[in-house]
Amino acid sequence: MTFTEAAKTLLWRQSLDKVFFGVICFFSFLSVLPLVLILGYLLVKGVSALNWQFFCRVPQPLGEIGGGIANALLGSLILLAVAFLLAVPLGLLVGIYLAENKKNWLADCARLSVEILQSVPSIVIGLVVYTWLVLPLKTFSALAGGAALALMMLPVSVRSTEETLRLIPLELKEAALALGVPYYRTILRVIVPSGLSGIVTGVLLSLARVAGETAPLLFTAFGNPFLSLALFRPIESLPHLIFYYATSPYAEWHRLAWGASFVLVVGVLFLNLTAKFLTRRWRVRF
Amino acid sequence: MSILAIQNLYVSFLENTVVKNVSMDIEEKKVTAIMGPSGCGKTTVLRSVNRMHELSAHASVTGKVLLRGEDLYALDAILVRRRIGMVFQRPNPFPTMSIYDNVVAGYLLNGLRLGKPELDNLVEESLSSAALWDEVKDSLRRRGAFLSGGQQQRLCIARALAMRPEILLLDEPTSALDPKATASIEELLVQLKKTVTILLVTHNIAQASRVSDFTAFMYLGELVEFGASAKMFTAPQDKRTEEYLTGKFG
Repeated sequence: MTFTEAAKTLLWRQSLDKVFFGVICFFSFLSVLPLVLILGYLLVKGVSALNWQFFCRVPQPLGEIGGGIANALLGSLILLAVAFLLAVPLGLLVGIYLAENKKNWLADCARLSVEILQSVPSIVIGLVVYTWLVLPLKTFSALAGGAALALMMLPVSVRSTEETLRLIPLELKEAALALGVPYYRTILRVIVPSGLSGIVTGVLLSLARVAGETAPLLFTAFGNPFLSLALFRPIESLPHLIFYYATSPYAEWHRLAWGASFVLVVGVLFLNLTAKFLTRRWRVRF
Repeated sequence: MSILAIQNLYVSFLENTVVKNVSMDIEEKKVTAIMGPSGCGKTTVLRSVNRMHELSAHASVTGKVLLRGEDLYALDAILVRRRIGMVFQRPNPFPTMSIYDNVVAGYLLNGLRLGKPELDNLVEESLSSAALWDEVKDSLRRRGAFLSGGQQQRLCIARALAMRPEILLLDEPTSALDPKATASIEELLVQLKKTVTILLVTHNIAQASRVSDFTAFMYLGELVEFGASAKMFTAPQDKRTEEYLTGKFG
């Protein structure tokens, strides 16, 4: 190959390099676009619905202007709290067990079940909770809704706990055991604190994930146009309110649905960003 | 005087016997080094003294380990580990704890309550013994992770010393450190033997000769030779020891 030929192929490669760089930049930008568009659209449509009434009042009877989504806002918080209380302690314990026992039949069973549970359609989970809790209690309830969401949270919190704890070096566990620290204290006071940021992140992400679930709530929490704090009564939730209002024929309800969507997305975004922040802030270096 | 007696020790994992019929008497307040090539079972011998080998699945032991005549395998493993401290290959301070808490971790984690002045004393005394006090006395409340590797290893030694162990086990404590940090740890070990019995595993022949009073040479799970370091490094009795010392294998 002569010198000029070599210079030519080099020029060709360099221009190819630029083209390729341009292409990946373009597609990276495309991946940002959907989120920006959704947020922008919600901002335009939703913000106009926001005022103090929107947050503090319950929906007005049909035909009256005004009213708010206080019932759904509070309802969603209660549902998430119930789901959190049911799923997180269990998820944590199972996650610890799986991280500590890599190979035995119970661990294999549990790991497989959790994986499969994760892929069960949410509507089916709703149906199952309906037969477990709604039928025996003879009422739709916040408890049933929370239980359905908990079933959806469980796999995520198990997996995130297991994966976080597995990354913790064995040396750390040995250090504690070599000081004569009993096994359970080693786990609770050394291993879990070292993995706390990962565990909390997993829990927050799973909360964010189920906060927007509608299907499992349809026949568990059901919905409630009034403000309710009772565990054994039907309760409203943001996604259900959005579903119900958006499919109604009334412009005033559409406005509320847009506002509620905006609030829901902002809430989920907040959970995600908090999780990101905590991972960075609480990261433990070994 | 002998403080620790290992008698006819066999250790196996499943079918695989890694320590075969090892017997040693460890002298009090001396440094005893166990050396040998990788896989010769030296670490397993060390870990069977504070029963850390029990963490591995399918470990089984026959023979006796006696601490001042007391059978360690008849005691609770947790109590054994409180009396026999251990320092590992890689420095492993607790990453979520401050330097101060790391030193007294044995008390904090075990729920042994001590008063503040007592803890303060213990921290200063242990860090001083580990030759780390001057370097960290102004940052006791900071986490241990920012320390250098050598400082972290000395912190781990301080943590073990704080439990006032009867024996200190060190498993290749300098293999992850640079030469300068290694030198400071070796110097420290010579200081420490005034107060505590030290059992050191090393694959570094020079290190064994520098710091130990007694040396054991292990090969393929067997104790080949055990005696005063001065003698072993000048006039080894066994041909295998001689070959190892002269670098013919290992």
